[in-house]
Amino acid sequence: MGAAVEVEEVSKRFRLHKESTSSLKERVLRIGRNPAVDFWALKDVSFDVAVGETVGLLGHNGSGKSTLLKCIAGILRPTNGRLRTVGRMAALLELGAGFHPELTGRENVYLNGSILGLSRVEVAKRFDDIVAFAELEEFIDEQVKHYSSGMYARLGFAVAVNVEPDILLVDEVLSVGDESFQRKCIDKVKSFQREGRTILVVTHAADLVRQVCDRAVVLDHGEVVTVGPPGESVRAFRETLVRKGIDPGQDRPDLRRDRGLHITDVEIVYPEEGRTVLLPGEALTVALDIAAAAPVDDVVAALEVYDQKGNRLLGTNTDLIGVDLGTVAGARRVAFRFGAVPLLDGTYDLALGLHTHDGGLEYDHREGVDSFSVMNPGRTQGTVHFPVEVEISEG
Amino acid sequence: MTVNPVAFEATAPPSPLRRAREVWRYRELLANLVRKELKVKYKNSALGFVWSLLNPALYLVVFYVVFQLVLKAGIPNFAIFLLAGLLPWNLFSTSLGSACQSIVGNASLVGKVWFPREILPLAAVGAALVHFFLQASVLLAALVVFRYAPDPAYIPVALLALVVLVVLAAALGIGLSALNVPMRDTSHLLELALLAWFWVTPIVYQYQALGDRLGEWALLNPLTPIVLSFQRAIYGEHVMEAGGSSRLGTTTTAILPDESVLWYLRNVAVLGVVSVLLLLAALWLFGKLEGDFAEEL
Repeated sequence: MGAAVEVEEVSKRFRLHKESTSSLKERVLRIGRNPAVDFWALKDVSFDVAVGETVGLLGHNGSGKSTLLKCIAGILRPTNGRLRTVGRMAALLELGAGFHPELTGRENVYLNGSILGLSRVEVAKRFDDIVAFAELEEFIDEQVKHYSSGMYARLGFAVAVNVEPDILLVDEVLSVGDESFQRKCIDKVKSFQREGRTILVVTHAADLVRQVCDRAVVLDHGEVVTVGPPGESVRAFRETLVRKGIDPGQDRPDLRRDRGLHITDVEIVYPEEGRTVLLPGEALTVALDIAAAAPVDDVVAALEVYDQKGNRLLGTNTDLIGVDLGTVAGARRVAFRFGAVPLLDGTYDLALGLHTHDGGLEYDHREGVDSFSVMNPGRTQGTVHFPVEVEISEG
Repeated sequence: MTVNPVAFEATAPPSPLRRAREVWRYRELLANLVRKELKVKYKNSALGFVWSLLNPALYLVVFYVVFQLVLKAGIPNFAIFLLAGLLPWNLFSTSLGSACQSIVGNASLVGKVWFPREILPLAAVGAALVHFFLQASVLLAALVVFRYAPDPAYIPVALLALVVLVVLAAALGIGLSALNVPMRDTSHLLELALLAWFWVTPIVYQYQALGDRLGEWALLNPLTPIVLSFQRAIYGEHVMEAGGSSRLGTTTTAILPDESVLWYLRNVAVLGVVSVLLLLAALWLFGKLEGDFAEEL
């Protein structure tokens, strides 16, 4: 398979001026002196994306991931280096960019389609699909300014994916709309993958990378830290956060927070009442009691298990397991039932969180409060309980 | 969106010719943007495109009162004379005015989607061209009302002048739209420049009033040959009677150069070549500046 996207030693320099000096007078006054400060948003970035591959660009805010995507999309021109893309490309940097509020949905579909390079005939052929995907049949002849932000985004996404690009560039836009629409977007991305299209997705949500990507590029300060399989990349990404002194689980500066939904209590349910420790291989339930001030319809409950050295033994969430919490109104209990906990001696810490499907919005996070203990009656040493038998036969 | 294998050479922007080809590939978007501009402009307005007809009508009234009644300039059939020059001028000045703002005004689009950005200033010129044709209906009405016949021999020159004017407006519009991104003063400067430009162009006064020396200088103004071609084709007269009831008898004053079709054609053709060169230069400049649009906006 050839490369769909080739990035060769791409660098991008931004000129930062102390004050915003975008007027002629100031430019004239500034000639001779040069108070501009160079800032390299990208430094010698190289990687290839093969045809049909889904690659994530992972990095915290300011790591250069969006700049890189804009360079690939042709919106910014790199200062140095070479970029090559093969095939029809559509960039989803913002849903509904180019929609005009005064025009109707129908007019905007045609306009947006032609911005993405489709002819009128091509748009006409896809028009019904676009409207059906956006679920806007009744409103398509309304002016877009009367649309809700969700409707707006749905129409934008519908137009962009119906362009049927060979290469799809996505910049954290999957975080819009209600839950059912997000699911539809993820489904669309997955069907694109099955059809052998190339996808490049920019995100800071490790979950999304694990969910859809074949590989991920981790960027930090405009430089490539790692290019590798999702697990390895996510780990590298977390390390870059730790190096910055940011707790990867908490206090992500780019994370929006909303306290409309929170964890009220966590209960650890042992197999028998009155027990305070678990035997290796026994079942365990971790139950989260959550409460919503107002109904919330985009909720994922996440759980992580750490050992005492801080190694993460397990990280999962309801979305990965395939359970939909639906709309959470009032109090709700989410129980994670482990059929068997294959751990040996030790105390294991739990980190629990509530966030949106894309991880962009965190409702609540609880860490360092809950734990459970396992007591090993046998003498096996180590962390993991592999059930083992010994068989001796004649050699 | 890019349909064919495309390699962006990072340090070298695409050549002007390749840019022109890209624009051609996106011509449908150009048509859509022009349509959008017109639709948006007249949406929710009761009079709609009548507004764009009121502009030359008002100019007509004002200049008629000032020049014919107050200053007694004495140009016969002043309405026809004025409209013949005012229409191409309006096309030029509206093109430049809105093209200059086109990139800055579409910041969200420019920062988020790739398409040949030259389309935006070109769409501004396109919308101005539509207004030009609408306003031409005012001129047409004036011709019918005054039973005035244009000079058919000069019509082809005027048509060529219109084409050249569009190319010139496109060239300057593309250049200005790009310059206005790093230097927002460009649009203010343009406003002043257009004001001065209007008065140095023989639109409300006749070219011959400039005299020989000034007249030659005036021909360096690219708008002069264009306006003259329109005036010659539509207005046609090149002399007027001055001081009609003078005791010395009728003396005549020239309005337009009494020159052959060839003279008009030559002026327009020279300007045409210059305009094409300017267009290539504008595309080159646009290419230089375009790489940083997304961050400057």
